[in-house]
Amino acid sequence: MNDLSAALATAGRLLVSFDPDLIEIVLMSLRVSVSAVLMAGAIGLPLGAVLALTRFPLRQTVVVAVNALMGLPPVVVGLIVYLLLSRSGPFGVFGLLFTPTAMIIAQCVLVTPIVVALTRQVVEDLWREYSEQLRSLGAHGLRAAMTLLWEGRYSLLTALLAGFGRAIAEVGAVLIVGGNIDHVTRVMTTAIALETSKGDLALALGLGIVLITVALLINGLVYFSRDVAERLAD
Amino acid sequence: MSPNALPIDPVLLPPDALREAAVAGHGIMPLRLSGVGLMVHGKALLADVDVTLSAGSRTVILGPNGAGKSLFLRLCHGLLAPTSGRVEWMGPAADAVASRQAMVLQRPVMLRRSVEANIRYALEIRGVAKDVVADRVRQAIEMSGLTAISRRNARVLSGGEQQRVALARAWALAPEVLFLDEPTANLDPAAVRAVEGIVHAIAQAGTTIVMTTHDLGQARRLAEVVLFMHNGRLLERAAATTFFNSPVTAAAAAFLRGELPW
Repeated sequence: MNDLSAALATAGRLLVSFDPDLIEIVLMSLRVSVSAVLMAGAIGLPLGAVLALTRFPLRQTVVVAVNALMGLPPVVVGLIVYLLLSRSGPFGVFGLLFTPTAMIIAQCVLVTPIVVALTRQVVEDLWREYSEQLRSLGAHGLRAAMTLLWEGRYSLLTALLAGFGRAIAEVGAVLIVGGNIDHVTRVMTTAIALETSKGDLALALGLGIVLITVALLINGLVYFSRDVAERLAD
Repeated sequence: MSPNALPIDPVLLPPDALREAAVAGHGIMPLRLSGVGLMVHGKALLADVDVTLSAGSRTVILGPNGAGKSLFLRLCHGLLAPTSGRVEWMGPAADAVASRQAMVLQRPVMLRRSVEANIRYALEIRGVAKDVVADRVRQAIEMSGLTAISRRNARVLSGGEQQRVALARAWALAPEVLFLDEPTANLDPAAVRAVEGIVHAIAQAGTTIVMTTHDLGQARRLAEVVLFMHNGRLLERAAATTFFNSPVTAAAAAFLRGELPW
Protein backbone atom coordinates (compact mmCIF):
# COMPACT_ATOMS: atom_id res chain seq x y z
CA MET A 1 0.00 0.00 0.00
CA ASN A 2 2.91 2.32 0.86
CA ASP A 3 4.45 1.59 -2.49
CA LEU A 4 1.23 2.48 -4.26
CA SER A 5 0.68 5.79 -2.52
CA ALA A 6 4.33 6.69 -2.89
CA ALA A 7 4.07 5.82 -6.57
CA LEU A 8 1.05 8.03 -7.02
CA ALA A 9 2.87 10.89 -5.33
CA THR A 10 5.94 10.34 -7.50
CA ALA A 11 3.86 10.18 -10.64
CA GLY A 12 2.07 13.38 -9.70
CA ARG A 13 5.35 15.12 -8.97
CA LEU A 14 6.90 13.95 -12.24
CA LEU A 15 3.92 15.05 -14.24
CA VAL A 16 3.42 18.40 -12.58
CA SER A 17 7.09 19.34 -12.71
CA PHE A 18 7.44 18.38 -16.37
CA ASP A 19 10.57 16.48 -15.42
CA PRO A 20 12.81 16.81 -18.52
CA ASP A 21 14.04 13.21 -18.31
CA LEU A 22 10.50 11.94 -18.09
CA ILE A 23 9.37 14.11 -21.00
CA GLU A 24 12.26 12.81 -23.07
CA ILE A 25 11.31 9.21 -22.33
CA VAL A 26 7.64 9.81 -23.09
CA LEU A 27 8.44 11.56 -26.37
CA MET A 28 10.79 8.75 -27.38
CA SER A 29 8.05 6.19 -26.66
CA LEU A 30 5.57 8.13 -28.74
CA ARG A 31 8.02 8.70 -31.57
CA VAL A 32 8.89 5.01 -31.81
CA SER A 33 5.37 3.61 -31.44
CA VAL A 34 3.58 6.18 -33.62
CA SER A 35 6.15 5.73 -36.39
CA ALA A 36 5.84 1.95 -36.11
CA VAL A 37 2.04 2.11 -36.35
CA LEU A 38 2.13 4.47 -39.34
CA MET A 39 4.55 2.15 -41.13
CA ALA A 40 2.47 -0.88 -40.21
CA GLY A 41 -0.60 0.91 -41.56
CA ALA A 42 1.12 1.75 -44.84
CA ILE A 43 2.04 -1.93 -45.23
CA GLY A 44 -0.87 -3.63 -43.51
CA LEU A 45 -3.91 -1.79 -44.90
CA PRO A 46 -3.21 -2.56 -48.58
CA LEU A 47 -2.02 -6.08 -47.71
CA GLY A 48 -5.17 -6.78 -45.69
CA ALA A 49 -7.36 -5.49 -48.51
CA VAL A 50 -5.56 -7.69 -51.03
CA LEU A 51 -5.92 -10.69 -48.75
CA ALA A 52 -9.64 -9.97 -48.39
CA LEU A 53 -10.40 -9.48 -52.08
CA THR A 54 -8.20 -11.99 -53.89
CA ARG A 55 -8.49 -15.73 -54.13
CA PHE A 56 -5.37 -17.86 -54.47
CA PRO A 57 -4.26 -21.32 -53.44
CA LEU A 58 -3.38 -21.60 -49.73
CA ARG A 59 -5.25 -18.36 -49.01
CA GLN A 60 -6.92 -19.91 -45.96
CA THR A 61 -3.51 -20.94 -44.66
CA VAL A 62 -2.19 -17.41 -45.08
CA VAL A 63 -5.23 -16.00 -43.26
CA VAL A 64 -4.76 -18.39 -40.35
CA ALA A 65 -1.03 -17.67 -40.26
CA VAL A 66 -1.58 -13.90 -40.18
CA ASN A 67 -4.15 -14.27 -37.43
CA ALA A 68 -1.70 -16.38 -35.44
CA LEU A 69 1.06 -13.80 -35.97
CA MET A 70 -1.06 -11.29 -34.04
CA GLY A 71 0.21 -13.10 -30.96
CA LEU A 72 3.90 -12.93 -31.87
CA PRO A 73 6.00 -12.80 -28.67
CA PRO A 74 7.81 -9.42 -28.63
CA VAL A 75 11.07 -10.93 -27.34
CA VAL A 76 11.18 -13.32 -30.28
CA VAL A 77 10.60 -10.48 -32.72
CA GLY A 78 13.28 -8.50 -30.90
CA LEU A 79 15.70 -11.38 -31.19
CA ILE A 80 15.07 -11.86 -34.90
CA VAL A 81 15.38 -8.16 -35.67
CA TYR A 82 18.52 -8.11 -33.49
CA LEU A 83 20.05 -10.91 -35.56
CA LEU A 84 19.14 -9.15 -38.81
CA LEU A 85 20.52 -5.77 -37.74
CA SER A 86 23.60 -6.86 -35.78
CA ARG A 87 27.02 -6.17 -37.28
CA SER A 88 27.31 -9.69 -38.64
CA GLY A 89 23.68 -9.80 -39.83
CA PRO A 90 22.46 -9.14 -43.37
CA PHE A 91 21.55 -5.51 -42.61
CA GLY A 92 24.51 -4.90 -40.30
CA VAL A 93 26.13 -2.40 -42.65
CA PHE A 94 23.43 0.16 -41.87
CA GLY A 95 24.51 0.28 -38.24
CA LEU A 96 20.94 0.44 -37.00
CA LEU A 97 21.16 -1.71 -33.89
CA PHE A 98 20.57 0.20 -30.63
CA THR A 99 18.98 3.14 -32.46
CA PRO A 100 15.35 4.32 -32.38
CA THR A 101 15.07 3.16 -36.02
CA ALA A 102 15.75 -0.42 -34.95
CA MET A 103 13.00 -0.11 -32.33
CA ILE A 104 10.58 1.24 -34.93
CA ILE A 105 11.35 -1.69 -37.22
CA ALA A 106 10.82 -4.23 -34.44
CA GLN A 107 7.51 -2.72 -33.36
CA CYS A 108 6.40 -2.45 -36.97
CA VAL A 109 6.97 -6.20 -37.31
CA LEU A 110 4.84 -6.73 -34.20
CA VAL A 111 2.01 -4.45 -35.30
CA THR A 112 1.75 -5.26 -39.02
CA PRO A 113 0.07 -8.68 -38.54
CA ILE A 114 -2.57 -7.04 -36.35
CA VAL A 115 -3.32 -4.43 -39.00
CA VAL A 116 -3.35 -7.02 -41.80
CA ALA A 117 -5.61 -9.44 -39.93
CA LEU A 118 -8.14 -6.85 -38.79
CA THR A 119 -8.15 -5.08 -42.18
CA ARG A 120 -8.74 -8.41 -43.90
CA GLN A 121 -11.75 -9.04 -41.67
CA VAL A 122 -13.21 -5.53 -42.04
CA VAL A 123 -12.79 -5.42 -45.83
CA GLU A 124 -14.10 -8.94 -46.30
CA ASP A 125 -17.25 -8.14 -44.32
CA LEU A 126 -17.75 -4.91 -46.27
CA TRP A 127 -17.23 -6.71 -49.57
CA ARG A 128 -20.04 -9.10 -48.72
CA GLU A 129 -22.37 -6.11 -48.37
CA TYR A 130 -20.98 -3.97 -51.19
CA SER A 131 -19.88 -6.39 -53.90
CA GLU A 132 -22.99 -6.38 -56.10
CA GLN A 133 -23.40 -2.62 -55.80
CA LEU A 134 -19.78 -1.89 -56.64
CA ARG A 135 -19.76 -4.35 -59.53
CA SER A 136 -22.96 -2.82 -60.84
CA LEU A 137 -21.44 0.67 -60.68
CA GLY A 138 -18.33 -0.65 -62.39
CA ALA A 139 -15.80 -0.43 -59.55
CA HIS A 140 -13.31 -3.29 -59.84
CA GLY A 141 -9.88 -4.21 -58.51
CA LEU A 142 -7.86 -1.37 -57.05
CA ARG A 143 -10.78 1.05 -57.24
CA ALA A 144 -13.04 -1.31 -55.28
CA ALA A 145 -10.29 -1.95 -52.71
CA MET A 146 -9.72 1.77 -52.16
CA THR A 147 -13.46 2.33 -51.81
CA LEU A 148 -13.80 -0.43 -49.22
CA LEU A 149 -10.82 0.83 -47.20
CA TRP A 150 -12.42 4.28 -47.13
CA GLU A 151 -15.82 2.84 -46.25
CA GLY A 152 -14.24 0.93 -43.38
CA ARG A 153 -12.21 3.89 -42.17
CA TYR A 154 -13.70 4.00 -38.67
CA SER A 155 -13.20 0.29 -38.02
CA LEU A 156 -9.73 0.47 -39.51
CA LEU A 157 -8.86 3.34 -37.18
CA THR A 158 -9.71 1.00 -34.32
CA ALA A 159 -7.41 -1.61 -35.86
CA LEU A 160 -4.58 0.93 -35.91
CA LEU A 161 -5.34 1.80 -32.30
CA ALA A 162 -5.12 -1.87 -31.35
CA GLY A 163 -1.73 -1.92 -33.03
CA PHE A 164 -0.67 1.21 -31.18
CA GLY A 165 -1.76 -0.35 -27.91
CA ARG A 166 0.44 -3.33 -28.57
CA ALA A 167 3.41 -1.20 -29.61
CA ILE A 168 3.36 1.28 -26.74
CA ALA A 169 2.91 -1.49 -24.16
CA GLU A 170 5.52 -4.00 -25.28
CA VAL A 171 8.94 -4.13 -23.68
CA GLY A 172 10.71 -7.22 -25.01
CA ALA A 173 11.40 -6.12 -28.56
CA VAL A 174 12.51 -2.55 -27.85
CA LEU A 175 14.69 -3.73 -24.99
CA ILE A 176 16.59 -6.19 -27.18
CA VAL A 177 17.07 -4.03 -30.27
CA GLY A 178 17.20 -0.66 -28.48
CA GLY A 179 19.21 -1.56 -25.45
CA ASN A 180 17.51 0.92 -23.08
CA ILE A 181 20.32 3.45 -23.48
CA ASP A 182 19.71 6.58 -21.41
CA HIS A 183 18.87 9.61 -23.59
CA VAL A 184 19.08 7.48 -26.76
CA THR A 185 16.74 4.53 -26.79
CA ARG A 186 15.08 4.58 -23.39
CA VAL A 187 11.30 4.37 -23.58
CA MET A 188 8.65 4.11 -20.88
CA THR A 189 8.41 0.33 -20.77
CA THR A 190 12.16 -0.26 -20.69
CA ALA A 191 12.53 2.44 -18.06
CA ILE A 192 9.87 0.75 -15.95
CA ALA A 193 11.66 -2.59 -16.26
CA LEU A 194 14.95 -0.99 -15.29
CA GLU A 195 13.61 0.95 -12.28
CA THR A 196 11.84 -2.17 -11.05
CA SER A 197 14.99 -4.24 -11.17
CA LYS A 198 16.89 -1.42 -9.46
CA GLY A 199 14.31 -1.55 -6.70
CA ASP A 200 12.92 1.93 -7.29
CA LEU A 201 9.35 0.65 -7.32
CA ALA A 202 7.85 4.10 -6.77
CA LEU A 203 9.46 5.55 -9.88
CA ALA A 204 8.57 2.42 -11.85
CA LEU A 205 4.93 2.62 -10.83
CA GLY A 206 4.92 6.34 -11.48
CA LEU A 207 6.13 5.72 -15.00
CA GLY A 208 3.47 3.02 -15.36
CA ILE A 209 0.76 5.49 -14.47
CA VAL A 210 2.15 7.95 -17.01
CA LEU A 211 2.16 5.18 -19.63
CA ILE A 212 -1.48 4.34 -19.00
CA THR A 213 -2.43 8.02 -19.04
CA VAL A 214 -0.70 8.56 -22.38
CA ALA A 215 -2.44 5.55 -23.90
CA LEU A 216 -5.77 6.80 -22.57
CA LEU A 217 -5.18 10.30 -23.93
CA ILE A 218 -4.31 9.05 -27.40
CA ASN A 219 -7.32 6.74 -27.56
CA GLY A 220 -9.54 9.55 -26.35
CA LEU A 221 -8.13 11.90 -28.95
CA VAL A 222 -8.72 9.43 -31.78
CA TYR A 223 -12.21 8.61 -30.53
CA PHE A 224 -13.07 12.29 -30.30
CA SER A 225 -11.77 13.14 -33.78
CA ARG A 226 -13.60 10.15 -35.22
CA ASP A 227 -16.78 11.33 -33.56
CA VAL A 228 -16.34 14.80 -35.05
CA ALA A 229 -15.56 13.34 -38.48
CA GLU A 230 -18.66 11.19 -38.38
CA ARG A 231 -20.81 14.17 -37.50
CA LEU A 232 -19.25 16.28 -40.23
CA ALA A 233 -20.11 13.54 -42.73
CA ASP A 234 -23.79 14.09 -42.02
CA MET B 1 -54.02 15.46 -57.27
CA SER B 2 -55.32 12.21 -58.71
CA PRO B 3 -53.82 9.00 -57.34
CA ASN B 4 -51.94 8.42 -60.58
CA ALA B 5 -50.52 11.91 -60.82
CA LEU B 6 -46.75 11.99 -60.85
CA PRO B 7 -44.98 14.15 -58.31
CA ILE B 8 -42.08 14.60 -60.70
CA ASP B 9 -42.34 16.55 -63.93
CA PRO B 10 -40.73 14.60 -66.78
CA VAL B 11 -39.67 17.76 -68.62
CA LEU B 12 -37.12 18.31 -65.87
CA LEU B 13 -35.02 15.67 -67.54
CA PRO B 14 -32.65 17.08 -70.11
CA PRO B 15 -32.13 15.09 -73.29
CA ASP B 16 -29.00 13.04 -73.27
CA ALA B 17 -26.79 11.95 -76.12
CA LEU B 18 -26.59 8.36 -74.91
CA ARG B 19 -30.32 7.96 -74.54
CA GLU B 20 -30.96 9.61 -77.90
CA ALA B 21 -28.53 7.20 -79.51
CA ALA B 22 -30.42 4.33 -77.93
CA VAL B 23 -33.77 5.49 -79.20
CA ALA B 24 -32.28 6.08 -82.65
CA GLY B 25 -31.09 2.46 -82.73
CA HIS B 26 -27.38 3.08 -82.18
CA GLY B 27 -27.26 1.69 -78.67
CA ILE B 28 -26.69 -1.67 -77.02
CA MET B 29 -30.29 -2.87 -77.20
CA PRO B 30 -31.98 -5.21 -77.96
CA LEU B 31 -30.98 -7.75 -75.34
CA ARG B 32 -31.47 -11.38 -76.32
CA LEU B 33 -31.51 -14.31 -73.92
CA SER B 34 -31.42 -17.68 -75.61
CA GLY B 35 -31.80 -20.96 -73.75
CA VAL B 36 -30.60 -19.30 -70.56
CA GLY B 37 -30.37 -21.49 -67.47
CA LEU B 38 -28.77 -21.16 -64.07
CA MET B 39 -27.81 -24.21 -62.02
CA VAL B 40 -26.62 -23.71 -58.45
CA HIS B 41 -25.56 -26.75 -56.40
CA GLY B 42 -27.35 -29.04 -58.82
CA LYS B 43 -30.59 -27.09 -58.59
CA ALA B 44 -32.00 -25.40 -61.66
CA LEU B 45 -32.96 -21.91 -60.49
CA LEU B 46 -33.62 -20.74 -64.04
CA ALA B 47 -34.24 -22.87 -67.10
CA ASP B 48 -34.88 -22.39 -70.81
CA VAL B 49 -35.38 -18.64 -70.74
CA ASP B 50 -35.78 -17.32 -74.29
CA VAL B 51 -36.71 -13.68 -74.64
CA THR B 52 -35.71 -10.51 -76.41
CA LEU B 53 -36.03 -7.15 -74.69
CA SER B 54 -36.25 -4.26 -77.10
CA ALA B 55 -35.27 -0.62 -76.72
CA GLY B 56 -37.60 2.01 -75.35
CA SER B 57 -40.09 -0.18 -73.53
CA ARG B 58 -41.08 -0.53 -69.89
CA THR B 59 -40.92 -4.21 -69.05
CA VAL B 60 -42.22 -5.51 -65.73
CA ILE B 61 -41.34 -9.00 -64.53
CA LEU B 62 -44.05 -10.57 -62.42
CA GLY B 63 -44.18 -13.83 -60.56
CA PRO B 64 -44.43 -15.36 -57.11
CA ASN B 65 -41.54 -15.53 -54.66
CA GLY B 66 -38.73 -17.77 -55.79
CA ALA B 67 -39.78 -17.55 -59.44
CA GLY B 68 -36.32 -16.31 -60.37
CA LYS B 69 -37.16 -12.67 -61.09
CA SER B 70 -34.14 -11.22 -59.31
CA LEU B 71 -31.83 -13.81 -60.85
CA PHE B 72 -33.21 -12.91 -64.26
CA LEU B 73 -32.36 -9.24 -63.69
CA ARG B 74 -28.87 -10.07 -62.40
CA LEU B 75 -28.20 -12.22 -65.45
CA CYS B 76 -29.31 -9.41 -67.76
CA HIS B 77 -27.20 -6.86 -65.90
CA GLY B 78 -24.16 -9.12 -65.91
CA LEU B 79 -23.85 -9.66 -62.15
CA LEU B 80 -24.36 -13.37 -62.77
CA ALA B 81 -23.24 -15.55 -65.64
CA PRO B 82 -25.66 -18.18 -66.94
CA THR B 83 -24.59 -21.82 -66.64
CA SER B 84 -26.24 -22.54 -69.95
CA GLY B 85 -27.46 -20.49 -72.89
CA ARG B 86 -26.41 -17.00 -73.87
CA VAL B 87 -27.13 -13.42 -72.84
CA GLU B 88 -26.35 -11.18 -75.81
CA TRP B 89 -26.58 -7.48 -76.44
CA MET B 90 -27.50 -7.16 -80.11
CA GLY B 91 -27.16 -3.40 -80.67
CA PRO B 92 -24.32 -1.78 -82.61
CA ALA B 93 -22.76 -0.37 -79.43
CA ALA B 94 -22.71 -3.75 -77.69
CA ASP B 95 -19.00 -3.48 -76.83
CA ALA B 96 -19.82 -0.64 -74.42
CA VAL B 97 -22.41 -2.64 -72.51
CA ALA B 98 -21.00 -2.10 -69.03
CA SER B 99 -21.07 1.69 -69.25
CA ARG B 100 -24.53 1.95 -70.80
CA GLN B 101 -26.67 0.18 -68.25
CA ALA B 102 -27.39 0.61 -64.59
CA MET B 103 -29.22 -1.30 -61.90
CA VAL B 104 -31.01 -0.36 -58.71
CA LEU B 105 -30.65 -3.27 -56.31
CA GLN B 106 -33.46 -4.33 -54.02
CA ARG B 107 -31.40 -3.14 -51.08
CA PRO B 108 -29.23 -0.43 -52.59
CA VAL B 109 -25.96 0.09 -50.78
CA MET B 110 -25.20 3.67 -49.78
CA LEU B 111 -21.59 4.66 -49.34
CA ARG B 112 -20.63 6.34 -46.06
CA ARG B 113 -20.66 9.82 -47.53
CA SER B 114 -23.15 12.49 -48.51
CA VAL B 115 -25.99 11.97 -50.99
CA GLU B 116 -24.17 14.19 -53.45
CA ALA B 117 -20.92 12.31 -53.01
CA ASN B 118 -22.71 8.99 -53.59
CA ILE B 119 -23.92 10.19 -56.98
CA ARG B 120 -20.58 11.77 -57.81
CA TYR B 121 -18.82 8.51 -57.00
CA ALA B 122 -20.84 6.59 -59.57
CA LEU B 123 -20.05 9.17 -62.26
CA GLU B 124 -16.34 9.19 -61.45
CA ILE B 125 -16.16 5.40 -61.67
CA ARG B 126 -17.63 5.60 -65.16
CA GLY B 127 -15.04 8.16 -66.13
CA VAL B 128 -17.52 10.93 -66.85
CA ALA B 129 -15.67 14.17 -67.69
CA LYS B 130 -15.01 16.35 -64.65
CA ASP B 131 -16.83 19.43 -65.95
CA VAL B 132 -19.95 17.37 -66.64
CA VAL B 133 -20.02 15.65 -63.24
CA ALA B 134 -21.13 18.64 -61.16
CA ASP B 135 -24.00 19.43 -63.55
CA ARG B 136 -25.16 15.83 -63.69
CA VAL B 137 -25.09 15.49 -59.92
CA ARG B 138 -27.16 18.65 -59.54
CA GLN B 139 -29.69 17.52 -62.15
CA ALA B 140 -30.00 14.08 -60.61
CA ILE B 141 -30.62 15.59 -57.19
CA GLU B 142 -33.26 18.00 -58.48
CA MET B 143 -34.91 15.34 -60.60
CA SER B 144 -35.36 13.01 -57.65
CA GLY B 145 -36.39 15.69 -55.17
CA LEU B 146 -33.33 15.25 -52.95
CA THR B 147 -32.23 18.88 -52.82
CA ALA B 148 -33.08 19.33 -49.15
CA ILE B 149 -31.02 16.33 -48.07
CA SER B 150 -28.21 16.40 -50.64
CA ARG B 151 -25.53 17.03 -48.04
CA ARG B 152 -26.70 14.50 -45.50
CA ASN B 153 -24.93 11.23 -44.86
CA ALA B 154 -26.65 8.75 -47.18
CA ARG B 155 -26.32 5.87 -44.69
CA VAL B 156 -28.67 7.45 -42.17
CA LEU B 157 -31.53 8.21 -44.58
CA SER B 158 -34.86 6.40 -44.50
CA GLY B 159 -35.54 3.48 -46.86
CA GLY B 160 -37.56 5.62 -49.23
CA GLU B 161 -34.91 8.33 -49.35
CA GLN B 162 -32.16 5.78 -49.96
CA GLN B 163 -34.18 4.27 -52.78
CA ARG B 164 -34.49 7.73 -54.35
CA VAL B 165 -30.74 8.25 -53.99
CA ALA B 166 -30.17 4.92 -55.70
CA LEU B 167 -32.47 5.97 -58.53
CA ALA B 168 -30.78 9.35 -58.84
CA ARG B 169 -27.40 7.62 -58.87
CA ALA B 170 -28.52 5.24 -61.60
CA TRP B 171 -30.18 8.00 -63.61
CA ALA B 172 -27.08 10.23 -63.44
CA LEU B 173 -25.22 7.54 -65.37
CA ALA B 174 -27.58 8.18 -68.30
CA PRO B 175 -28.12 4.48 -68.89
CA GLU B 176 -29.79 3.16 -72.00
CA VAL B 177 -31.25 0.40 -69.88
CA LEU B 178 -32.13 0.60 -66.21
CA PHE B 179 -32.78 -2.59 -64.23
CA LEU B 180 -34.80 -2.20 -61.06
CA ASP B 181 -35.20 -5.01 -58.53
CA GLU B 182 -38.31 -4.46 -56.40
CA PRO B 183 -37.70 -0.72 -56.17
CA THR B 184 -40.61 -0.13 -53.82
CA ALA B 185 -40.51 -3.17 -51.54
CA ASN B 186 -41.09 -2.08 -47.91
CA LEU B 187 -41.84 1.55 -48.75
CA ASP B 188 -44.83 3.53 -47.54
CA PRO B 189 -47.38 4.76 -50.13
CA ALA B 190 -45.94 8.27 -50.42
CA ALA B 191 -42.44 6.91 -51.01
CA VAL B 192 -43.84 4.41 -53.53
CA ARG B 193 -45.44 7.25 -55.45
CA ALA B 194 -42.22 9.27 -55.44
CA VAL B 195 -40.21 6.31 -56.70
CA GLU B 196 -42.75 5.49 -59.40
CA GLY B 197 -42.71 9.12 -60.49
CA ILE B 198 -38.95 9.03 -60.91
CA VAL B 199 -39.08 5.71 -62.79
CA HIS B 200 -41.73 7.14 -65.07
CA ALA B 201 -39.67 10.26 -65.70
CA ILE B 202 -36.58 8.19 -66.49
CA ALA B 203 -38.59 6.11 -68.96
CA GLN B 204 -40.02 9.27 -70.57
CA ALA B 205 -36.48 10.49 -71.15
CA GLY B 206 -35.80 7.45 -73.31
CA THR B 207 -34.29 4.90 -70.95
CA THR B 208 -35.48 1.33 -71.31
CA ILE B 209 -36.89 0.08 -68.01
CA VAL B 210 -36.77 -3.53 -66.87
CA MET B 211 -38.11 -4.06 -63.37
CA THR B 212 -39.44 -6.68 -61.01
CA THR B 213 -42.24 -5.99 -58.60
CA HIS B 214 -44.45 -7.66 -56.04
CA ASP B 215 -47.08 -5.02 -56.48
CA LEU B 216 -49.76 -5.76 -59.08
CA GLY B 217 -51.08 -2.21 -58.90
CA GLN B 218 -47.63 -0.92 -59.64
CA ALA B 219 -47.26 -3.33 -62.54
CA ARG B 220 -50.52 -2.02 -64.00
CA ARG B 221 -49.35 1.57 -63.61
CA LEU B 222 -45.88 1.12 -65.10
CA ALA B 223 -45.80 -1.89 -67.41
CA GLU B 224 -45.98 -1.82 -71.19
CA VAL B 225 -44.73 -5.38 -71.49
CA VAL B 226 -45.14 -8.07 -68.83
CA LEU B 227 -42.89 -11.09 -68.38
CA PHE B 228 -44.45 -13.70 -66.11
CA MET B 229 -42.12 -16.12 -64.38
CA HIS B 230 -42.87 -19.18 -62.31
CA ASN B 231 -40.52 -21.83 -60.88
CA GLY B 232 -37.53 -20.52 -62.76
CA ARG B 233 -39.24 -20.48 -66.13
CA LEU B 234 -40.52 -17.67 -68.27
CA LEU B 235 -44.13 -18.63 -68.88
CA GLU B 236 -45.55 -15.56 -70.59
CA ARG B 237 -44.49 -12.47 -72.43
CA ALA B 238 -47.29 -10.16 -73.44
CA ALA B 239 -48.38 -6.56 -73.76
CA ALA B 240 -49.49 -5.39 -70.33
CA THR B 241 -53.18 -4.96 -71.15
CA THR B 242 -53.32 -8.37 -72.82
CA PHE B 243 -51.64 -10.03 -69.87
CA PHE B 244 -53.86 -8.46 -67.25
CA ASN B 245 -57.08 -9.06 -69.21
CA SER B 246 -56.44 -12.53 -70.53
CA PRO B 247 -53.46 -14.42 -69.15
CA VAL B 248 -52.72 -17.55 -71.13
CA THR B 249 -51.30 -19.90 -68.53
CA ALA B 250 -53.16 -21.24 -65.52
CA ALA B 251 -50.29 -20.13 -63.24
CA ALA B 252 -50.53 -16.52 -64.43
CA ALA B 253 -54.30 -16.51 -63.98
CA ALA B 254 -53.92 -17.89 -60.45
CA PHE B 255 -51.24 -15.31 -59.72
CA LEU B 256 -53.46 -12.46 -60.87
CA ARG B 257 -56.28 -13.77 -58.69
CA GLY B 258 -53.88 -13.70 -55.77
CA GLU B 259 -53.85 -17.48 -55.41
CA LEU B 260 -50.12 -18.00 -55.79
CA PRO B 261 -47.84 -17.21 -52.87
CA TRP B 262 -46.04 -13.94 -53.53
